[in-house]
Amino acid sequence: MNTVTPGQYLPESSSDTTRITRHFRAEKFDFWSFFFSGLTGLATLFIVGILAVILLNIVINGWSGFSWHFVSTIPKKDFFDVHTTGVLPMIVGTSIRVIVMTIFVIPVGVITAIYLTEYAANTSIITRIIRAAVNNLAGVPSIVFGLFGLGFFINFVGKNMDKLLHNTSAVWGQPALIWASLTLAVMTLPVVIVATEESLKAIPPGLREASLALGATKLETILKIVLPQALPGILTGGILAVSRAAGEVAPILFTGVAYYMASLPGHLSDQFMDLGYHVFVLSTQSPNIEQTRPILYATVLTLLLLTFALNIVAILIRARMRKKLRALG
Amino acid sequence: MGIHRGHQARPVEWLAEKFIFLVSLSAILMVLLIFLFVAREALPVFVGQTNTALVQKPIPTVELDKHSPAELQAYLELTPEQFKQMSRETLKALMDVKVEAQDDIPEQFRNDPDARINTTEWPYLLKAHRWTDYAKPEYIWQPVGEVKKFNIIPLVVGTLKTTLIGLLFAVPLAVGAAIYVSQLARPRVREILKPTIELLSGIPSVVVGFFALLVMATVLQTIFHYQTRLNAFVAGIALGFAVIPVIFSIAEDALTSVPRAYTQGALALGASRWQTAWQIVLPAALPGVFAAAVLGFGRAIGETMIVLMVCSASVMSWSIFDSTRSITTTIAAEMAEAVNGGPHYRILFMLGALLFAATFISNMIGDFVIHRFKQKLEGKR
Repeated sequence: MNTVTPGQYLPESSSDTTRITRHFRAEKFDFWSFFFSGLTGLATLFIVGILAVILLNIVINGWSGFSWHFVSTIPKKDFFDVHTTGVLPMIVGTSIRVIVMTIFVIPVGVITAIYLTEYAANTSIITRIIRAAVNNLAGVPSIVFGLFGLGFFINFVGKNMDKLLHNTSAVWGQPALIWASLTLAVMTLPVVIVATEESLKAIPPGLREASLALGATKLETILKIVLPQALPGILTGGILAVSRAAGEVAPILFTGVAYYMASLPGHLSDQFMDLGYHVFVLSTQSPNIEQTRPILYATVLTLLLLTFALNIVAILIRARMRKKLRALG
Repeated sequence: MGIHRGHQARPVEWLAEKFIFLVSLSAILMVLLIFLFVAREALPVFVGQTNTALVQKPIPTVELDKHSPAELQAYLELTPEQFKQMSRETLKALMDVKVEAQDDIPEQFRNDPDARINTTEWPYLLKAHRWTDYAKPEYIWQPVGEVKKFNIIPLVVGTLKTTLIGLLFAVPLAVGAAIYVSQLARPRVREILKPTIELLSGIPSVVVGFFALLVMATVLQTIFHYQTRLNAFVAGIALGFAVIPVIFSIAEDALTSVPRAYTQGALALGASRWQTAWQIVLPAALPGVFAAAVLGFGRAIGETMIVLMVCSASVMSWSIFDSTRSITTTIAAEMAEAVNGGPHYRILFMLGALLFAATFISNMIGDFVIHRFKQKLEGKR
């Protein structure tokens, strides 16, 4: 006979709670409890089911059109032709715009997160404003980022650069790779900040205190103790930002994407082709949707492989990190 | 002597701290810049400097000096910077062109009252107007043709329609799943379910739109038997997919942060797990769940690609089975054809500013509610 005296058995996890409930609750069957629990379970199942259907549909239909030839070919102007088309310029365009974005967003995001966790007093007004700004930035619609890129980067920064450099024709004051990347960098800034902050907070304060007690300065502690520990978290943030940005189309619509380009982009002021935008073009502007269906599915599969693979890597790193930290603390 | 503090003792530390602080202000700077530059491009609409009237009373070139610079600038549809850079001769030449342009207006518009209307004035943007050849006042968004109609009401209605359908679909599902995952599922199942549902947010919206366009539209049509294959209903459901992960993770977080003592107390008193979840945990977490719905609203109202791919026509209709066009879609579809700096361009930026304001407010409300909720829970603990 199990008896529980106060303080002897305090359930710590909900699995313990479950065990206790099972043990103590009478066998009375409550229909409504069963019914509503089942309903929430069904909702969960439905969501997971939809995810599975979307993924399976794309993988099954996309597999046949997906080949080495497909991902390594530069298509001709008529990219709706099933046999000669390819997505190499789109893969290159999407990759470059995301890499350039990373160069800008990671340093700014990581430094902001360092300020918020290591330096700022949590209650100060400026910290609260920064946090509010980060939250707001995360909620701004992606199309508004596109407008911002057009209004600020192209029409203001770009045009003034042209004026200063005495360019007779528009070089920077037009849609370009660099402006699309910068627009995306502004958009993904909150992703990097939040992920980095999370990993910085998870580092035990004891590590910092030990370092400071041994005579290291605050800066040394951050650079040599805190940041190396937080590296997986920063990496996760970077990957999440990249995967988010790679799939976004709305912010680049007016800031740099091209419907068709005969060659790969070679300069930061060039326009580029993009995988997500290509999916949009193929699915809405195809002259014969039945005929172009295989290449459409194959393009979607390519995009998913790019964004989704990154997402799963981020989730795995994060899970491993949490386990490690749990073991530490 | 005591310990030296500040920049006298360690200049490098001091500099680094200031540098880190300055960089961390960039988030604030970006929000301000977004607001500033979207509003800047839209400003002429707000201060009445755009004019789309086809037939205008021409100002004879000789009367150049009788009018104030502000009047001339509006008349010639120039920005203040452009106006400043122009010499007297250029201005005169422009005014000549303007007078000549009036002579070139096709005969049919000479006596058309519509052609004298500046359609970018607020009454025409917001209220129904009876245009020539129309039997009754109507809300029309039609930015092409000789008389451009910019009534934003059809777009607002279209946005609200898809957003509400999306939320009606997503909120019950996401909150139900959040209750199940946080309260009812076994820990091992939860460890799998949570990241799986959050994976849904990793699908790019253009892919969700593609799926809705090719697969869902057909499936839903065979189930509900409606006329138009691509309509607000399909777009709304697809929008729901996009906001489910947002609502789920915030609601799940709120439900999990309810102190365990609440659950244990209820279970100890003999409540079932469902009764505990429904009558104890959910009411305690209600502000958080509400905030999740508000933030989901902000996400849905700003979603572009899904609605752009599924719907296109801008008809004014309350029916959910008609095609529809949202604010975001309009900006995305029409910016390419709008003349840089023209009235259409300005109006699209004004729509962007409107959208920014709407999401800004819903984010503020959501964050405020969550903040209060967390504080309350911590206070009670």
